[in-house]
Amino acid sequence: MSQIKELTRSRFLLFIREPEAMFWVFLFPVVLALVLSFAFQNRGVNEANVGYVEGQLSTEWVQALEADSLIHLIAFEDTVLAARKLRSGAVAVMVSGENPNLHLNYDPTRPESEIAQMRITNRLQAQEGRQDVVLTETTETTEHGSRYIDFLLPGLLGMNLMGTSIWGTGFPIVEMRQKKLLKRFLVTPMKKTSFLLAQILSRFGFLVAEVIVITAFGVFLLGVPFRGSIITFSILSFLGAISLAGIGLLVASRAKTIEGVSGIMNFVMMPMWLFSGVFFSYENFPEAFHPVFRLLPLTALNDGLRRLMLEGDGIQTMGLEISVLTVWAILSFVAALKIFRWK
Amino acid sequence: MNPPAISVHSLVKRYEDLTAVDGIQFSVPQGICLGLLGPNGAGKTTTIEILEGLLDRDAGTVEILGKNWSSHGDWLRERIGVQLQDTRFPEKLTVTEILRLFRSLYKKGRDPEEVLGVVGLEEKRDTRTIKLSGGQQQRLALGCALINQPDILFLDEPTTGLDPQARRRVWDVVEQFKAGGGTVLLTTHYMDEAERLSDQLVIMDHGKIIAEGTPEEIIGSLNAENIIAFALEDGGAPSLELETIPGVLTVRSGDVIELVVSKTNQALPTLLDRIRKQELEVADLRLHRPTLEDVFVSLTGRNLRES
Ligand SMILES: Nc1ncnc2c1ncn2[C@@H]1O[C@H](COP(=O)(O)OP(=O)(O)OP(=O)(O)O)[C@@H](O)[C@H]1O
Ligand SMILES: [Mg+2]
Repeated sequence: MSQIKELTRSRFLLFIREPEAMFWVFLFPVVLALVLSFAFQNRGVNEANVGYVEGQLSTEWVQALEADSLIHLIAFEDTVLAARKLRSGAVAVMVSGENPNLHLNYDPTRPESEIAQMRITNRLQAQEGRQDVVLTETTETTEHGSRYIDFLLPGLLGMNLMGTSIWGTGFPIVEMRQKKLLKRFLVTPMKKTSFLLAQILSRFGFLVAEVIVITAFGVFLLGVPFRGSIITFSILSFLGAISLAGIGLLVASRAKTIEGVSGIMNFVMMPMWLFSGVFFSYENFPEAFHPVFRLLPLTALNDGLRRLMLEGDGIQTMGLEISVLTVWAILSFVAALKIFRWK
Repeated sequence: MNPPAISVHSLVKRYEDLTAVDGIQFSVPQGICLGLLGPNGAGKTTTIEILEGLLDRDAGTVEILGKNWSSHGDWLRERIGVQLQDTRFPEKLTVTEILRLFRSLYKKGRDPEEVLGVVGLEEKRDTRTIKLSGGQQQRLALGCALINQPDILFLDEPTTGLDPQARRRVWDVVEQFKAGGGTVLLTTHYMDEAERLSDQLVIMDHGKIIAEGTPEEIIGSLNAENIIAFALEDGGAPSLELETIPGVLTVRSGDVIELVVSKTNQALPTLLDRIRKQELEVADLRLHRPTLEDVFVSLTGRNLRES
């Protein structure tokens, strides 16, 4: 027991004596959250750029469109330039014609062009006397939990846990192997499991601090909701960190150089950055792949954290996530122990 | 009767087409220091790492304290202390932290505080290893090897790269361990280190043992009384017919010519006489007692320090 304690203690000391590590663990996710939440602020519907060629749109219609607050009308002197602006996306829609013939030129796969096109049609139809037959009544809500930052924060937390767990366990092991320190341990009666376990355990002191800083930042400063239970949240983060640190062990179990292990780490983390719903939902990918994505440890962690924070889901609904994380934790540890290279 | 601390029979280790250790055998009684002396690539590290249970052998038997690595690995690891040729400690841990860590790996052992005293690092107790000098790092490594109060200490080139004063401090620690009844197996390519610390010596070259015994026995095996080394102003000395000088055992030519002589009182006057008759000028002339280096040179034709 004291073996594990001392091994863990020294790993932990090494970690807190590494100033760069502090940056990546604490400051980086906070800065990233700030930048991203600023970049992806919900600013409502943007004003659309609508173009016309002088002389090809009747004066009444020019006036009508200029009166629309969400349309920014731009006049072009020749067709060639107008066509180019449309192609490059600087202009959403090109309009021409006079009553009763309206001609619209736009790319229907671009959402803002589609919206602008509908606004123009509605506006001009109303101008020329179309009557609405259905009476619409709208209620507008802007509630926390639906903003991009609300989606993003649990993903960032998961991603950060993945980064610090994999880097934080993997790099030091390779360094110890290079320094022949692992070989030195081999001539002592040290238990190999104690050593590997200590690498994971030493992460926990940090895990707590890391999770609290990022979550508190999101909840108190950015107003991200936290609707679920703190206990479930702790269990999820804990399991997430163990399984990802286990993967860190596995990744570093044979590599002899820092370059080598970095390559493997990127190879392992890249799919999770993309398919585990960090910056965008994996629902964007074809449905057939979703079951595979859900087996990734980071997906399990992100899904669990996100549902807990945003929807207030309890642990009883997270069977899949908890099992995925537990299985990864056990498998990666056992595999690492088996193939670990000490020399 | 105590079993020997180490006994090795017909030990062989091969790397692809290279035989790093080629059928060596020796035995180390408890309480003595055996020095494994040899040039770079002789197979010293390979041998010592097999004895430490780090490397597998291809043939032969190894017993440590009468036990096998395969059946008594953990028992043996509790009882040996090891300093590897090239371990580096984590840079940001302090001396005490490292000793504490190593202490925790053993069931029994000494207090890290006490070991700090043994290796003379009290003043550096809270210094991070990166700030230690080479000699201090080596003494820390020695401290880690001593932390479990081992019966056998394995040291692989403990003073390579250190200045004379730092080397002496390492030797002091080893001698203190020996004085406490410990057994030491030490590799080195410094003959002064081997002579100073070892009771028994094994000289290795190309994986084979080329000489063994006490330093005196090995040096005595040359049957030489002295070595005469001289150089002439014009270089070579073809006309002197050195082999025919009475009392000369062997001649090694080079910029400096060395004569291994059994009867100095006959060889030296004859040599000088011939030089005078040929009207040659002596640039340098020295006489010294034979050393291990001389034994190695006469056995292999090479110096210990070249590879
Ligand atoms: N892992 C290995 N693979 C292939 N060859 C090796 C390996 N380790 C050692 N050798 C070779 O075995 C021979 C003996 O090496 P060893 O390290 O035992 O020598 P040494 O006597 O300790 O030398 P030094 O004084 O340089 O430490 C050398 O020729 C070396 O190149
Ligand atoms: Mg060596």
